[in-house]
Amino acid sequence: MVEPKFFEGPQKGNLAAAYAAMDANVDVITAYPITPQTTVVEELSSLVGEEEFIARNQKTQFMRMESEHSVAAGLVGASYAGARVYSATAGQGLLYMTEMIHWMVGARLPVVLSIATRGLTGGGWNIWADYGDIMGLRDSGIMIQLLGTHQEIYDSILMGFNISEHPDVMLPLFPAYGGFVLSHTSKPVKRVPWEEAQKFVIPKRDEWEHVWIDSERPMMTGALIMPQSFYAEFRIKAHEAQLKAISVIKDTMAEFEKRFGRSYGNGLVEPYKADDADVLMIGYGTIAKQAEDAVDVLREQGYKAGALRVRTYRPFPTEDILKYIKKTQIVGVMDRAIAFGNPTAGPLSTDIMAACQRYDSTRNAKILPFIGGLGGRDVTYDDQIEQFKILFDLKEKGEAPKKPYKMWGTYWTGLITGSDKVPQGEEEYFGDI
Amino acid sequence: MVEEAKKWEIIRKSREERPKIQSWTSYWDLPPASLSFPIKGCAGHTGDWRTFKPVINQDECIKCYHCYMYCPEGTVLIDDESGIVSFDYDYCKGCGICAEMCPKKCIEMQREV
Ligand code: SF4
Ligand code: SF4
Repeated sequence: MVEPKFFEGPQKGNLAAAYAAMDANVDVITAYPITPQTTVVEELSSLVGEEEFIARNQKTQFMRMESEHSVAAGLVGASYAGARVYSATAGQGLLYMTEMIHWMVGARLPVVLSIATRGLTGGGWNIWADYGDIMGLRDSGIMIQLLGTHQEIYDSILMGFNISEHPDVMLPLFPAYGGFVLSHTSKPVKRVPWEEAQKFVIPKRDEWEHVWIDSERPMMTGALIMPQSFYAEFRIKAHEAQLKAISVIKDTMAEFEKRFGRSYGNGLVEPYKADDADVLMIGYGTIAKQAEDAVDVLREQGYKAGALRVRTYRPFPTEDILKYIKKTQIVGVMDRAIAFGNPTAGPLSTDIMAACQRYDSTRNAKILPFIGGLGGRDVTYDDQIEQFKILFDLKEKGEAPKKPYKMWGTYWTGLITGSDKVPQGEEEYFGDI
Repeated sequence: MVEEAKKWEIIRKSREERPKIQSWTSYWDLPPASLSFPIKGCAGHTGDWRTFKPVINQDECIKCYHCYMYCPEGTVLIDDESGIVSFDYDYCKGCGICAEMCPKKCIEMQREV
């Protein structure tokens, strides 16, 4: 037994991701660098040669590819053969993978691919936290988890294989976290000891149930399907698998908590003082985690604020979210992504408004969409306290207040309106680094 | 967990036992993703598509089997005992690759239609 180089202590989010993949004993890693993900695969390229893993006879294959499209194609190929596969990407890299990501879903391959989210580039280059990249794939059939802490990155990747490789699910899972906010900062991270990790992670199978490579039992997948054949049915199957994943995610979270004592809500949503709240702020990622601080400040001032972090975005935890909306009725939804031309411009707020139609008890809830933090701009908890104040205003006066940064029904938190100090000139502005 | 796995078990059987893909009749008994099995002639006698057919001159043939290696259809046949080359005209598409690759140029593409 070789002493691990890192087991517990301050660790960067990206490196926590790399260790999680090794501890899940992945078979194949395909790699291509892109900011802010690069250090994940960089670290993996050295970990595969690390004493700790060699001593255990861990046979992880690390393959350098020539592009992200090839990375995703490599994952597809290896996964067809029944291998446990992992990689990481971000922003434009994710866009370049897109074709093969749809292939993973259609072929029902359990890939785990982590994303250090960043602003998309086009008419302006940005590499900082913004969920616009992963949100662009929200309807592609992949499962999406939006993470809030460094430890959660490690834990989610370890849990990811149990969800993704579950026979009822068999869909790719993308754990996503804010680029630089989590990827390049350090916070305490604790690994799960190897033996315990192996007992927790779903046992490897020689081949998947629905696809295999064996010359004695030849099979072909991905062939032409005529309109009158089963194409539509296979698409619906993937949707059904998403819905089945909801209970699998809950079970996996419960099992993880039982073994290691850590949990993130029920795996789908993480409420914070939401049960008795008068107003509720729903969000995702680090901003939603920070909302807990804003809630504490407001509670001290006598305001009964509550927060809800959507941890699993696809499958969409409709029931778990509506449960809290039913109670509070006054709800803000904070997006760190922009969905151009969407009814609210926020992907999550539009989803939540649609979900509210399910029950009479939620149909009349007041949902205020907020968008902020785009391209890595800071959202401070003072900003969040202001957001809560808007919700309390709505509660007391029955009307959403006017703000210079409210346009088309959405509050654009942090919008440069010329009324405040503008972060230009004197200080270099690097968002959340 | 078991429910789905059982369905898939049926299609994982050996080549002889397993059903043809067309045996799925409804959404509920489908496997999770599209798959098909290579069954000889499942699309009919595709040799009908041919315009030219390969004809071998056995006197010239040196049994190098370049034709066999390059045929994209697997329709160059080699007799187990004699090693003599022939063609499966039921499925040969008449692409002419065998003739092109033959070092002795002893395969002739003859017009059929
Ligand atoms: S003509 Fe084409 S298909 Fe036919 S035997 Fe030759 S290589 Fe094969
Ligand atoms: S390539 Fe030509 S010489 Fe070689 S085995 Fe085929 S027909 Fe004969």
